[in-house]
Amino acid sequence: MRMAMTLAAPTRRRATTLLLLVPLAAYIIFLAFPLLWLTSTSFKRPNEILVLRPTVIPKAPTLENYREVLGPGGVVRASLNTMKVAVASAVLALAIALPAAYALARKQSRLNKAIIGWILVSQSFPSILIIVPLFLILARFSLANSHLGLILVYVVWSLPFVLWILHGFVKGLPNELEEAAAVDGASFPQILFRILMPLLLPGLATTLLYAFVNAWNEFFFALVVLKDPQLMTVQVSLSRFRGLEGLARWGPLAAGSVIATVPAMAAFAFLQRRLVSGLLSGGVKN
Amino acid sequence: MRAQAGSLPMAGAQTARRRFIGSLSLYLPLLVPVVALSIIPLVQGISLGFTDYRLGSPARFNFLANYARMLGDRDFWTSFRTGFIWTFTVTGGEIILGMGLALLLNGRIPFRGLWRILILIPWAMPPVIKGLIWRFVYHPDAGLLNYALISLGILRYPINWLSDFAWALQAVVLVGIWTGLPLATVVLLSGLQTIPEELREAAALDGASGWRQFRYVTLPLMAPIIVALSSLEFIWNFNSFGLVYVLTEGGPAGLTRLPMLFAYFEGFQYGNLGYAAALGNIMVLIIGGFVLYGVRRQGGAA
Repeated sequence: MRMAMTLAAPTRRRATTLLLLVPLAAYIIFLAFPLLWLTSTSFKRPNEILVLRPTVIPKAPTLENYREVLGPGGVVRASLNTMKVAVASAVLALAIALPAAYALARKQSRLNKAIIGWILVSQSFPSILIIVPLFLILARFSLANSHLGLILVYVVWSLPFVLWILHGFVKGLPNELEEAAAVDGASFPQILFRILMPLLLPGLATTLLYAFVNAWNEFFFALVVLKDPQLMTVQVSLSRFRGLEGLARWGPLAAGSVIATVPAMAAFAFLQRRLVSGLLSGGVKN
Repeated sequence: MRAQAGSLPMAGAQTARRRFIGSLSLYLPLLVPVVALSIIPLVQGISLGFTDYRLGSPARFNFLANYARMLGDRDFWTSFRTGFIWTFTVTGGEIILGMGLALLLNGRIPFRGLWRILILIPWAMPPVIKGLIWRFVYHPDAGLLNYALISLGILRYPINWLSDFAWALQAVVLVGIWTGLPLATVVLLSGLQTIPEELREAAALDGASGWRQFRYVTLPLMAPIIVALSSLEFIWNFNSFGLVYVLTEGGPAGLTRLPMLFAYFEGFQYGNLGYAAALGNIMVLIIGGFVLYGVRRQGGAA
Protein backbone atom coordinates (compact mmCIF):
# COMPACT_ATOMS: atom_id res chain seq x y z
CA MET A 1 0.00 0.00 0.00
CA ARG A 2 1.17 3.49 -0.84
CA MET A 3 1.14 6.45 1.47
CA ALA A 4 -1.90 8.64 1.44
CA MET A 5 -0.22 11.46 3.34
CA THR A 6 2.34 12.56 0.73
CA LEU A 7 -0.23 13.18 -1.99
CA ALA A 8 -3.28 14.22 -0.04
CA ALA A 9 -4.92 16.02 -2.92
CA PRO A 10 -8.73 15.81 -3.04
CA THR A 11 -8.68 14.01 -6.39
CA ARG A 12 -6.46 11.37 -4.97
CA ARG A 13 -8.75 10.92 -2.00
CA ARG A 14 -11.70 10.57 -4.34
CA ALA A 15 -9.84 7.88 -6.24
CA THR A 16 -9.16 5.86 -3.06
CA THR A 17 -12.82 6.24 -2.04
CA LEU A 18 -13.85 4.78 -5.38
CA LEU A 19 -11.36 1.99 -4.89
CA LEU A 20 -12.89 1.21 -1.50
CA LEU A 21 -16.38 1.07 -2.97
CA VAL A 22 -15.52 -2.04 -5.00
CA PRO A 23 -14.94 -4.40 -2.03
CA LEU A 24 -17.80 -2.70 -0.17
CA ALA A 25 -20.15 -3.44 -3.06
CA ALA A 26 -19.03 -7.07 -3.00
CA TYR A 27 -19.81 -7.28 0.72
CA ILE A 28 -23.23 -5.66 0.31
CA ILE A 29 -24.19 -7.96 -2.54
CA PHE A 30 -23.07 -11.01 -0.58
CA LEU A 31 -25.02 -9.96 2.52
CA ALA A 32 -28.15 -8.43 1.08
CA PHE A 33 -28.74 -10.14 -2.25
CA PRO A 34 -30.29 -13.37 -0.90
CA LEU A 35 -33.12 -11.40 0.72
CA LEU A 36 -33.68 -9.38 -2.46
CA TRP A 37 -33.82 -12.67 -4.36
CA LEU A 38 -36.31 -14.16 -1.93
CA THR A 39 -38.56 -11.12 -2.19
CA SER A 40 -38.39 -11.11 -5.96
CA THR A 41 -39.19 -14.84 -6.09
CA SER A 42 -42.23 -14.32 -3.91
CA PHE A 43 -43.77 -12.18 -6.69
CA LYS A 44 -43.04 -14.66 -9.49
CA ARG A 45 -45.27 -17.22 -11.15
CA PRO A 46 -44.13 -20.87 -11.11
CA ASN A 47 -43.09 -20.77 -14.77
CA GLU A 48 -40.74 -17.92 -13.99
CA ILE A 49 -39.17 -19.51 -10.91
CA LEU A 50 -37.69 -22.73 -12.20
CA VAL A 51 -35.97 -21.30 -15.24
CA LEU A 52 -32.39 -21.41 -16.42
CA ARG A 53 -32.06 -17.64 -16.82
CA PRO A 54 -33.70 -16.04 -13.79
CA THR A 55 -34.18 -12.26 -13.57
CA VAL A 56 -34.08 -10.09 -10.47
CA ILE A 57 -37.24 -8.18 -11.38
CA PRO A 58 -40.22 -10.43 -12.11
CA LYS A 59 -41.39 -10.11 -15.73
CA ALA A 60 -45.01 -10.71 -14.79
CA PRO A 61 -45.34 -9.90 -11.09
CA THR A 62 -48.16 -11.61 -9.24
CA LEU A 63 -49.66 -11.62 -5.76
CA GLU A 64 -50.86 -15.20 -6.26
CA ASN A 65 -48.19 -16.61 -3.88
CA TYR A 66 -49.26 -14.29 -1.09
CA ARG A 67 -52.92 -15.07 -1.66
CA GLU A 68 -52.19 -18.78 -1.43
CA VAL A 69 -50.00 -18.55 1.66
CA LEU A 70 -52.42 -16.26 3.48
CA GLY A 71 -55.31 -18.59 2.72
CA PRO A 72 -56.35 -21.71 4.65
CA GLY A 73 -53.49 -24.06 5.49
CA GLY A 74 -51.00 -21.23 5.04
CA VAL A 75 -48.76 -19.44 7.47
CA VAL A 76 -51.46 -17.37 9.18
CA ARG A 77 -52.20 -19.79 11.99
CA ALA A 78 -48.53 -20.62 12.47
CA SER A 79 -47.71 -16.90 12.62
CA LEU A 80 -50.41 -16.29 15.20
CA ASN A 81 -49.11 -19.23 17.25
CA THR A 82 -45.61 -17.78 17.12
CA MET A 83 -46.85 -14.30 17.99
CA LYS A 84 -48.67 -15.64 21.04
CA VAL A 85 -45.73 -17.67 22.31
CA ALA A 86 -43.17 -14.94 21.60
CA VAL A 87 -45.16 -12.12 23.22
CA ALA A 88 -46.10 -14.14 26.31
CA SER A 89 -42.59 -15.42 26.90
CA ALA A 90 -40.97 -12.00 26.37
CA VAL A 91 -43.35 -10.25 28.79
CA LEU A 92 -42.98 -12.99 31.39
CA ALA A 93 -39.19 -13.03 31.16
CA LEU A 94 -39.05 -9.26 31.49
CA ALA A 95 -41.32 -9.21 34.55
CA ILE A 96 -39.22 -11.86 36.27
CA ALA A 97 -35.90 -10.30 35.35
CA LEU A 98 -36.62 -6.67 36.23
CA PRO A 99 -36.22 -6.84 40.06
CA ALA A 100 -33.20 -9.08 39.64
CA ALA A 101 -31.65 -6.70 37.10
CA TYR A 102 -32.06 -3.91 39.64
CA ALA A 103 -30.38 -5.96 42.34
CA LEU A 104 -27.57 -6.94 39.99
CA ALA A 105 -26.92 -3.35 38.95
CA ARG A 106 -27.37 -1.56 42.26
CA LYS A 107 -26.71 -3.88 45.21
CA GLN A 108 -23.47 -5.49 46.18
CA SER A 109 -24.04 -9.00 47.40
CA ARG A 110 -22.65 -12.48 47.22
CA LEU A 111 -25.61 -13.48 45.08
CA ASN A 112 -24.46 -11.29 42.20
CA LYS A 113 -21.49 -13.50 41.51
CA ALA A 114 -23.66 -16.61 41.51
CA ILE A 115 -26.14 -14.99 39.13
CA ILE A 116 -23.43 -13.84 36.73
CA GLY A 117 -21.93 -17.30 36.89
CA TRP A 118 -25.29 -18.80 36.00
CA ILE A 119 -25.72 -16.35 33.09
CA LEU A 120 -22.35 -17.36 31.65
CA VAL A 121 -22.85 -21.10 32.20
CA SER A 122 -26.36 -21.17 30.74
CA GLN A 123 -25.14 -19.33 27.64
CA SER A 124 -22.46 -21.86 26.88
CA PHE A 125 -24.46 -25.05 27.46
CA PRO A 126 -25.68 -26.76 24.29
CA SER A 127 -29.48 -26.69 24.12
CA ILE A 128 -29.60 -30.49 23.87
CA LEU A 129 -28.53 -30.82 27.51
CA ILE A 130 -31.31 -28.50 28.65
CA ILE A 131 -34.08 -29.71 26.41
CA VAL A 132 -33.79 -33.43 27.22
CA PRO A 133 -34.64 -33.05 30.95
CA LEU A 134 -36.92 -30.08 30.32
CA PHE A 135 -38.87 -32.15 27.82
CA LEU A 136 -39.26 -34.89 30.44
CA ILE A 137 -40.46 -32.35 33.04
CA LEU A 138 -42.95 -30.87 30.57
CA ALA A 139 -44.17 -34.36 29.68
CA ARG A 140 -44.72 -35.16 33.36
CA PHE A 141 -47.03 -32.14 33.72
CA SER A 142 -48.64 -32.85 30.30
CA LEU A 143 -47.18 -29.62 28.97
CA ALA A 144 -45.21 -31.20 26.13
CA ASN A 145 -46.85 -30.39 22.82
CA SER A 146 -48.51 -27.28 24.26
CA HIS A 147 -47.95 -23.56 23.87
CA LEU A 148 -47.66 -23.10 27.61
CA GLY A 149 -44.81 -25.62 27.66
CA LEU A 150 -43.00 -23.79 24.88
CA ILE A 151 -43.56 -20.44 26.61
CA LEU A 152 -41.93 -21.81 29.78
CA VAL A 153 -38.97 -23.10 27.77
CA TYR A 154 -38.55 -19.71 26.08
CA VAL A 155 -38.75 -17.84 29.40
CA VAL A 156 -35.96 -19.95 30.87
CA TRP A 157 -33.94 -19.72 27.70
CA SER A 158 -34.26 -15.95 27.35
CA LEU A 159 -33.82 -15.02 31.04
CA PRO A 160 -30.01 -14.84 30.97
CA PHE A 161 -29.76 -12.36 28.11
CA VAL A 162 -32.84 -10.40 29.22
CA LEU A 163 -31.32 -10.04 32.67
CA TRP A 164 -27.95 -9.04 31.25
CA ILE A 165 -29.26 -6.37 28.89
CA LEU A 166 -31.69 -5.01 31.46
CA HIS A 167 -29.02 -4.72 34.14
CA GLY A 168 -26.95 -2.72 31.66
CA PHE A 169 -29.80 -0.26 31.25
CA VAL A 170 -30.34 0.08 35.02
CA LYS A 171 -26.63 0.69 35.45
CA GLY A 172 -26.80 3.47 32.91
CA LEU A 173 -29.23 5.46 35.08
CA PRO A 174 -27.76 7.98 37.51
CA ASN A 175 -27.73 6.71 41.09
CA GLU A 176 -28.28 10.17 42.60
CA LEU A 177 -31.99 10.28 41.73
CA GLU A 178 -32.78 7.24 43.86
CA GLU A 179 -30.64 8.47 46.70
CA ALA A 180 -32.32 11.87 46.67
CA ALA A 181 -35.76 10.23 46.67
CA ALA A 182 -34.75 7.96 49.55
CA VAL A 183 -33.53 10.95 51.54
CA ASP A 184 -36.92 12.59 50.89
CA GLY A 185 -38.52 9.52 52.48
CA ALA A 186 -39.75 7.66 49.39
CA SER A 187 -40.34 3.92 49.95
CA PHE A 188 -38.63 1.35 47.77
CA PRO A 189 -41.71 0.54 45.62
CA GLN A 190 -42.21 4.26 45.12
CA ILE A 191 -38.63 4.67 43.99
CA LEU A 192 -38.95 1.69 41.67
CA PHE A 193 -42.24 2.61 40.01
CA ARG A 194 -42.28 6.41 40.20
CA ILE A 195 -38.66 7.21 39.51
CA LEU A 196 -36.89 4.33 37.84
CA MET A 197 -39.64 2.98 35.61
CA PRO A 198 -40.21 6.10 33.51
CA LEU A 199 -36.48 6.45 32.94
CA LEU A 200 -36.15 2.77 32.18
CA LEU A 201 -38.99 2.57 29.65
CA PRO A 202 -36.82 2.81 26.53
CA GLY A 203 -34.54 0.11 27.93
CA LEU A 204 -37.53 -2.07 28.79
CA ALA A 205 -38.93 -1.66 25.29
CA THR A 206 -35.59 -2.55 23.74
CA THR A 207 -35.19 -5.65 25.89
CA LEU A 208 -38.78 -6.75 25.29
CA LEU A 209 -38.40 -6.41 21.55
CA TYR A 210 -35.13 -8.31 21.62
CA ALA A 211 -36.64 -11.19 23.58
CA PHE A 212 -39.59 -11.18 21.18
CA VAL A 213 -37.39 -11.40 18.08
CA ASN A 214 -35.34 -14.20 19.58
CA ALA A 215 -38.46 -16.22 20.35
CA TRP A 216 -39.98 -15.42 16.96
CA ASN A 217 -36.85 -16.74 15.21
CA GLU A 218 -36.28 -19.74 17.48
CA PHE A 219 -36.43 -23.16 15.88
CA PHE A 220 -34.85 -25.99 17.89
CA PHE A 221 -37.04 -25.89 21.02
CA ALA A 222 -40.20 -25.41 18.97
CA LEU A 223 -39.21 -28.43 16.86
CA VAL A 224 -38.74 -30.61 19.94
CA VAL A 225 -41.67 -29.43 22.08
CA LEU A 226 -44.52 -29.10 19.55
CA LYS A 227 -45.71 -32.13 17.61
CA ASP A 228 -49.25 -31.11 16.64
CA PRO A 229 -49.28 -29.32 13.23
CA GLN A 230 -52.07 -27.08 14.54
CA LEU A 231 -49.76 -25.74 17.25
CA MET A 232 -46.56 -25.34 15.24
CA THR A 233 -44.68 -22.08 15.05
CA VAL A 234 -44.01 -20.41 11.74
CA GLN A 235 -40.36 -21.48 11.69
CA VAL A 236 -41.18 -25.15 12.17
CA SER A 237 -43.98 -25.12 9.63
CA LEU A 238 -41.75 -23.44 7.03
CA SER A 239 -38.92 -25.88 7.72
CA ARG A 240 -41.24 -28.74 6.81
CA PHE A 241 -41.22 -27.52 3.20
CA ARG A 242 -37.62 -28.61 2.81
CA GLY A 243 -38.28 -31.54 0.52
CA LEU A 244 -39.24 -31.83 -3.12
CA GLU A 245 -42.66 -30.50 -2.35
CA GLY A 246 -41.12 -27.31 -1.05
CA LEU A 247 -39.21 -26.63 -4.24
CA ALA A 248 -42.20 -27.35 -6.39
CA ARG A 249 -44.07 -24.80 -4.28
CA TRP A 250 -41.18 -22.39 -3.91
CA GLY A 251 -43.30 -19.33 -4.79
CA PRO A 252 -45.72 -19.62 -1.83
CA LEU A 253 -42.82 -20.73 0.36
CA ALA A 254 -40.92 -17.56 -0.55
CA ALA A 255 -44.00 -15.48 0.18
CA GLY A 256 -44.39 -17.20 3.56
CA SER A 257 -40.71 -16.62 4.29
CA VAL A 258 -41.03 -12.92 3.52
CA ILE A 259 -44.03 -12.71 5.87
CA ALA A 260 -42.11 -14.53 8.62
CA THR A 261 -39.09 -12.26 8.14
CA VAL A 262 -40.97 -8.95 8.37
CA PRO A 263 -41.56 -8.84 12.17
CA ALA A 264 -37.94 -9.73 12.89
CA MET A 265 -36.63 -7.25 10.36
CA ALA A 266 -38.83 -4.41 11.61
CA ALA A 267 -37.82 -5.03 15.19
CA PHE A 268 -34.16 -5.17 14.24
CA ALA A 269 -34.22 -1.95 12.27
CA PHE A 270 -35.55 -0.31 15.41
CA LEU A 271 -33.25 -2.15 17.78
CA GLN A 272 -29.84 -2.33 16.24
CA ARG A 273 -28.25 0.86 17.49
CA ARG A 274 -29.64 0.70 21.02
CA LEU A 275 -28.92 -2.97 21.35
CA VAL A 276 -25.25 -2.61 20.60
CA SER A 277 -24.90 0.27 23.05
CA GLY A 278 -26.90 -1.73 25.65
CA LEU A 279 -24.71 -4.78 25.20
CA LEU A 280 -21.55 -2.73 25.42
CA SER A 281 -22.62 -0.66 28.42
CA GLY A 282 -23.60 -3.87 30.20
CA GLY A 283 -20.33 -5.51 29.27
CA VAL A 284 -17.73 -2.80 29.50
CA LYS A 285 -18.58 -1.58 32.97
CA ASN A 286 -18.25 -5.02 34.45
CA MET B 1 -31.44 2.37 49.32
CA ARG B 2 -28.02 2.88 50.74
CA ALA B 3 -29.29 6.00 52.50
CA GLN B 4 -32.07 4.02 54.12
CA ALA B 5 -29.78 1.31 55.39
CA GLY B 6 -27.38 3.95 56.68
CA SER B 7 -30.07 5.75 58.65
CA LEU B 8 -29.78 3.16 61.38
CA PRO B 9 -26.36 2.69 62.90
CA MET B 10 -25.51 -0.96 62.49
CA ALA B 11 -22.57 -3.27 62.77
CA GLY B 12 -20.86 -4.07 59.45
CA ALA B 13 -21.77 -7.75 59.49
CA GLN B 14 -25.38 -6.99 60.15
CA THR B 15 -25.59 -4.53 57.22
CA ALA B 16 -24.05 -7.12 54.95
CA ARG B 17 -26.61 -9.65 56.08
CA ARG B 18 -29.48 -7.22 55.64
CA ARG B 19 -28.22 -6.34 52.23
CA PHE B 20 -28.04 -10.03 51.35
CA ILE B 21 -31.66 -10.53 52.41
CA GLY B 22 -32.66 -7.35 50.59
CA SER B 23 -31.22 -8.51 47.28
CA LEU B 24 -32.48 -12.04 47.89
CA SER B 25 -36.05 -10.75 47.90
CA LEU B 26 -35.41 -8.96 44.60
CA TYR B 27 -33.87 -12.10 43.15
CA LEU B 28 -36.63 -14.38 44.35
CA PRO B 29 -38.97 -14.12 41.34
CA LEU B 30 -36.00 -15.02 39.17
CA LEU B 31 -34.52 -17.71 41.38
CA VAL B 32 -37.64 -19.88 41.54
CA PRO B 33 -37.99 -20.51 37.78
CA VAL B 34 -34.22 -20.57 37.32
CA VAL B 35 -33.72 -23.27 39.92
CA ALA B 36 -36.78 -25.30 38.86
CA LEU B 37 -36.42 -24.99 35.09
CA SER B 38 -32.77 -24.27 34.48
CA ILE B 39 -30.44 -25.49 37.23
CA ILE B 40 -32.25 -28.70 38.20
CA PRO B 41 -32.79 -29.70 34.54
CA LEU B 42 -29.14 -28.95 33.78
CA VAL B 43 -27.98 -31.20 36.60
CA GLN B 44 -30.49 -33.82 35.48
CA GLY B 45 -29.30 -33.49 31.90
CA ILE B 46 -25.70 -34.00 32.91
CA SER B 47 -26.56 -37.07 35.01
CA LEU B 48 -28.77 -38.53 32.27
CA GLY B 49 -25.57 -38.69 30.27
CA PHE B 50 -24.43 -41.47 32.60
CA THR B 51 -27.55 -43.60 32.07
CA ASP B 52 -28.94 -45.80 29.33
CA TYR B 53 -32.21 -43.85 29.35
CA ARG B 54 -34.49 -44.44 26.39
CA LEU B 55 -37.99 -43.01 26.00
CA GLY B 56 -40.43 -45.44 27.62
CA SER B 57 -37.99 -47.50 29.67
CA PRO B 58 -36.56 -46.61 33.10
CA ALA B 59 -33.14 -45.00 33.33
CA ARG B 60 -30.31 -47.10 34.75
CA PHE B 61 -26.86 -45.81 35.60
CA ASN B 62 -24.32 -47.29 33.27
CA PHE B 63 -21.40 -45.10 34.36
CA LEU B 64 -19.17 -44.50 31.36
CA ALA B 65 -20.80 -46.94 28.92
CA ASN B 66 -22.11 -44.08 26.75
CA TYR B 67 -18.62 -42.67 26.42
CA ALA B 68 -17.14 -46.08 25.66
CA ARG B 69 -19.76 -46.40 22.94
CA MET B 70 -18.70 -43.06 21.46
CA LEU B 71 -15.12 -44.29 21.11
CA GLY B 72 -16.30 -46.96 18.71
CA ASP B 73 -19.05 -44.90 17.08
CA ARG B 74 -17.82 -43.75 13.68
CA ASP B 75 -20.74 -41.31 13.37
CA PHE B 76 -19.61 -39.65 16.59
CA TRP B 77 -16.10 -39.05 15.27
CA THR B 78 -17.35 -37.78 11.91
CA SER B 79 -19.83 -35.50 13.58
CA PHE B 80 -17.36 -33.91 16.00
CA ARG B 81 -14.73 -33.60 13.29
CA THR B 82 -17.30 -31.77 11.16
CA GLY B 83 -18.19 -29.70 14.22
CA PHE B 84 -14.59 -28.56 14.64
CA ILE B 85 -14.09 -27.75 10.96
CA TRP B 86 -17.38 -25.83 10.94
CA THR B 87 -16.66 -23.95 14.17
CA PHE B 88 -13.12 -22.88 13.31
CA THR B 89 -13.73 -21.94 9.69
CA VAL B 90 -16.97 -20.08 10.40
CA THR B 91 -15.56 -18.23 13.42
CA GLY B 92 -12.33 -17.37 11.59
CA GLY B 93 -14.16 -16.34 8.42
CA GLU B 94 -16.55 -14.11 10.34
CA ILE B 95 -13.76 -12.32 12.13
CA ILE B 96 -11.44 -11.86 9.16
CA LEU B 97 -14.18 -10.79 6.75
CA GLY B 98 -15.88 -8.80 9.53
CA MET B 99 -12.65 -6.90 10.20
CA GLY B 100 -12.35 -6.04 6.50
CA LEU B 101 -15.91 -4.78 6.36
CA ALA B 102 -15.59 -2.88 9.65
CA LEU B 103 -12.45 -1.12 8.35
CA LEU B 104 -14.28 -0.15 5.17
CA LEU B 105 -17.26 1.17 7.10
CA ASN B 106 -15.02 3.05 9.52
CA GLY B 107 -13.40 4.95 6.66
CA ARG B 108 -14.63 7.98 4.77
CA ILE B 109 -17.21 6.55 2.44
CA PRO B 110 -20.40 8.04 0.95
CA PHE B 111 -23.77 6.79 2.30
CA ARG B 112 -22.06 5.15 5.25
CA GLY B 113 -25.27 5.05 7.32
CA LEU B 114 -27.12 3.17 4.58
CA TRP B 115 -24.43 0.50 4.25
CA ARG B 116 -24.33 0.05 8.00
CA ILE B 117 -28.04 -0.83 7.95
CA LEU B 118 -27.90 -3.03 4.85
CA ILE B 119 -25.16 -5.24 6.22
CA LEU B 120 -27.41 -6.21 9.14
CA ILE B 121 -29.89 -8.09 6.93
CA PRO B 122 -28.71 -11.66 7.57
CA TRP B 123 -28.60 -11.04 11.32
CA ALA B 124 -32.29 -10.21 11.58
CA MET B 125 -33.52 -13.16 9.52
CA PRO B 126 -34.82 -16.32 11.18
CA PRO B 127 -32.31 -19.19 10.77
CA VAL B 128 -34.92 -21.38 9.08
CA ILE B 129 -35.46 -18.78 6.37
CA LYS B 130 -31.74 -18.28 5.91
CA GLY B 131 -31.54 -22.01 5.29
CA LEU B 132 -34.43 -21.96 2.83
CA ILE B 133 -33.01 -19.03 0.85
CA TRP B 134 -29.62 -20.64 0.51
CA ARG B 135 -31.12 -23.96 -0.48
CA PHE B 136 -32.54 -22.08 -3.39
CA VAL B 137 -29.30 -20.23 -4.13
CA TYR B 138 -27.53 -23.62 -4.22
CA HIS B 139 -30.28 -25.39 -6.17
CA PRO B 140 -28.78 -27.53 -8.96
CA ASP B 141 -31.25 -26.55 -11.69
CA ALA B 142 -32.75 -23.18 -10.79
CA GLY B 143 -30.08 -21.97 -8.36
CA LEU B 144 -28.54 -18.56 -8.57
CA LEU B 145 -24.99 -19.73 -7.90
CA ASN B 146 -24.87 -22.22 -10.76
CA TYR B 147 -26.44 -19.66 -13.07
CA ALA B 148 -23.88 -17.02 -12.11
CA LEU B 149 -20.86 -19.33 -12.34
CA ILE B 150 -21.96 -20.83 -15.65
CA SER B 151 -22.66 -17.46 -17.26
CA LEU B 152 -19.26 -16.21 -16.07
CA GLY B 153 -17.70 -19.27 -17.70
CA ILE B 154 -16.27 -20.62 -14.42
CA LEU B 155 -18.46 -23.73 -14.44
CA ARG B 156 -19.49 -25.85 -17.37
CA TYR B 157 -22.07 -28.02 -15.66
CA PRO B 158 -24.27 -27.18 -12.69
CA ILE B 159 -23.18 -28.58 -9.32
CA ASN B 160 -25.61 -29.87 -6.72
CA TRP B 161 -23.71 -28.00 -3.99
CA LEU B 162 -25.52 -29.33 -0.94
CA SER B 163 -25.47 -33.00 -2.02
CA ASP B 164 -21.97 -33.10 -3.43
CA PHE B 165 -19.39 -34.73 -1.16
CA ALA B 166 -16.71 -32.37 -2.38
CA TRP B 167 -18.75 -29.20 -1.82
CA ALA B 168 -21.45 -29.67 0.82
CA LEU B 169 -19.32 -28.70 3.82
CA GLN B 170 -17.86 -25.62 2.11
CA ALA B 171 -21.32 -24.57 0.98
CA VAL B 172 -22.66 -24.85 4.52
CA VAL B 173 -19.67 -22.99 6.00
CA LEU B 174 -20.22 -20.11 3.58
CA VAL B 175 -23.78 -19.73 4.83
CA GLY B 176 -22.51 -19.87 8.41
CA ILE B 177 -20.11 -17.00 7.72
CA TRP B 178 -22.86 -15.07 5.96
CA THR B 179 -25.05 -15.47 9.05
CA GLY B 180 -22.48 -14.34 11.59
CA LEU B 181 -20.80 -11.58 9.59
CA PRO B 182 -23.19 -8.76 10.62
CA LEU B 183 -22.74 -9.22 14.37
CA ALA B 184 -18.98 -9.60 14.03
CA THR B 185 -18.81 -6.45 11.89
CA VAL B 186 -20.96 -4.38 14.25
CA VAL B 187 -18.90 -5.39 17.28
CA LEU B 188 -15.56 -4.84 15.53
CA LEU B 189 -16.75 -1.51 14.13
CA SER B 190 -17.75 -0.27 17.57
CA GLY B 191 -14.28 -1.30 18.74
CA LEU B 192 -12.59 0.54 15.86
CA GLN B 193 -14.52 3.68 16.73
CA THR B 194 -12.96 3.78 20.19
CA ILE B 195 -9.43 3.97 18.73
CA PRO B 196 -8.35 7.63 18.62
CA GLU B 197 -7.62 8.81 15.09
CA GLU B 198 -4.45 10.58 16.35
CA LEU B 199 -2.70 7.28 17.04
CA ARG B 200 -2.88 6.17 13.42
CA GLU B 201 -2.07 9.65 12.18
CA ALA B 202 1.03 9.69 14.35
CA ALA B 203 2.06 6.32 12.94
CA ALA B 204 1.42 7.61 9.43
CA LEU B 205 3.61 10.66 10.07
CA ASP B 206 6.36 8.31 11.22
CA GLY B 207 6.11 6.74 7.78
CA ALA B 208 4.12 3.61 8.61
CA SER B 209 2.24 2.18 5.62
CA GLY B 210 -1.49 1.42 5.79
CA TRP B 211 -0.79 -2.24 6.49
CA ARG B 212 1.75 -1.44 9.23
CA GLN B 213 -0.63 1.06 10.83
CA PHE B 214 -3.19 -1.71 10.97
CA ARG B 215 -0.74 -4.36 12.16
CA TYR B 216 1.04 -2.37 14.86
CA VAL B 217 -1.56 0.20 15.99
CA THR B 218 -5.09 -1.01 15.27
CA LEU B 219 -4.72 -4.75 15.78
CA PRO B 220 -3.08 -4.69 19.24
CA LEU B 221 -5.73 -2.25 20.50
CA MET B 222 -8.47 -4.47 19.08
CA ALA B 223 -7.06 -7.69 20.56
CA PRO B 224 -9.34 -7.85 23.65
CA ILE B 225 -12.47 -7.35 21.52
CA ILE B 226 -11.31 -9.94 18.99
CA VAL B 227 -10.64 -12.49 21.75
CA ALA B 228 -14.02 -11.89 23.41
CA LEU B 229 -15.85 -12.02 20.10
CA SER B 230 -14.15 -15.18 18.92
CA SER B 231 -14.82 -17.06 22.16
CA LEU B 232 -18.52 -16.14 21.98
CA GLU B 233 -18.69 -17.08 18.31
CA PHE B 234 -16.88 -20.32 19.07
CA ILE B 235 -19.56 -21.29 21.60
CA TRP B 236 -22.46 -20.25 19.38
CA ASN B 237 -21.12 -21.93 16.28
CA PHE B 238 -20.23 -25.15 18.07
CA ASN B 239 -23.82 -25.30 19.43
CA SER B 240 -25.39 -24.34 16.11
CA PHE B 241 -28.41 -26.29 14.90
CA GLY B 242 -31.25 -24.71 12.89
CA LEU B 243 -29.36 -23.39 9.90
CA VAL B 244 -27.65 -26.63 8.93
CA TYR B 245 -30.72 -28.68 9.83
CA VAL B 246 -32.70 -26.78 7.22
CA LEU B 247 -29.88 -26.66 4.66
CA THR B 248 -28.86 -30.32 4.56
CA GLU B 249 -30.35 -32.12 7.57
CA GLY B 250 -26.78 -33.29 8.13
CA GLY B 251 -26.35 -34.86 4.69
CA PRO B 252 -25.00 -36.00 2.34
CA ALA B 253 -24.47 -39.22 4.33
CA GLY B 254 -23.71 -37.35 7.56
CA LEU B 255 -21.01 -35.13 6.04
CA THR B 256 -22.48 -31.93 7.53
CA ARG B 257 -23.98 -33.50 10.67
CA LEU B 258 -22.83 -31.08 13.36
CA PRO B 259 -22.68 -32.37 16.97
CA MET B 260 -26.02 -30.77 17.85
CA LEU B 261 -27.72 -32.42 14.88
CA PHE B 262 -26.17 -35.75 15.80
CA ALA B 263 -27.39 -35.41 19.39
CA TYR B 264 -30.86 -34.34 18.22
CA PHE B 265 -31.25 -37.33 15.92
CA GLU B 266 -29.99 -39.72 18.61
CA GLY B 267 -32.30 -38.27 21.25
CA PHE B 268 -35.47 -37.30 19.50
CA GLN B 269 -35.52 -39.55 16.45
CA TYR B 270 -34.05 -42.77 17.84
CA GLY B 271 -35.14 -42.08 21.44
CA ASN B 272 -31.64 -42.59 22.91
CA LEU B 273 -31.98 -39.73 25.37
CA GLY B 274 -29.18 -41.00 27.60
CA TYR B 275 -26.73 -41.12 24.71
CA ALA B 276 -27.90 -37.69 23.51
CA ALA B 277 -27.27 -36.22 26.97
CA ALA B 278 -23.83 -37.87 27.01
CA LEU B 279 -23.05 -36.18 23.69
CA GLY B 280 -24.16 -32.90 25.28
CA ASN B 281 -21.74 -33.52 28.16
CA ILE B 282 -18.85 -33.99 25.75
CA MET B 283 -19.82 -30.75 24.01
CA VAL B 284 -19.77 -28.93 27.36
CA LEU B 285 -16.32 -30.35 28.13
CA ILE B 286 -14.98 -29.19 24.78
CA ILE B 287 -16.47 -25.70 25.11
CA GLY B 288 -15.29 -25.41 28.73
CA GLY B 289 -11.80 -26.49 27.72
CA PHE B 290 -11.57 -23.94 24.94
CA VAL B 291 -12.95 -21.10 27.03
CA LEU B 292 -10.53 -21.88 29.87
CA TYR B 293 -7.66 -22.06 27.40
CA GLY B 294 -8.70 -18.71 25.92
CA VAL B 295 -8.98 -17.06 29.35
CA ARG B 296 -5.59 -18.43 30.39
CA ARG B 297 -3.89 -17.25 27.24
CA GLN B 298 -5.50 -13.85 27.54
CA GLY B 299 -4.41 -13.68 31.19
CA GLY B 300 -0.86 -14.70 30.27
CA ALA B 301 -0.65 -12.09 27.54
CA ALA B 302 -1.90 -9.27 29.73
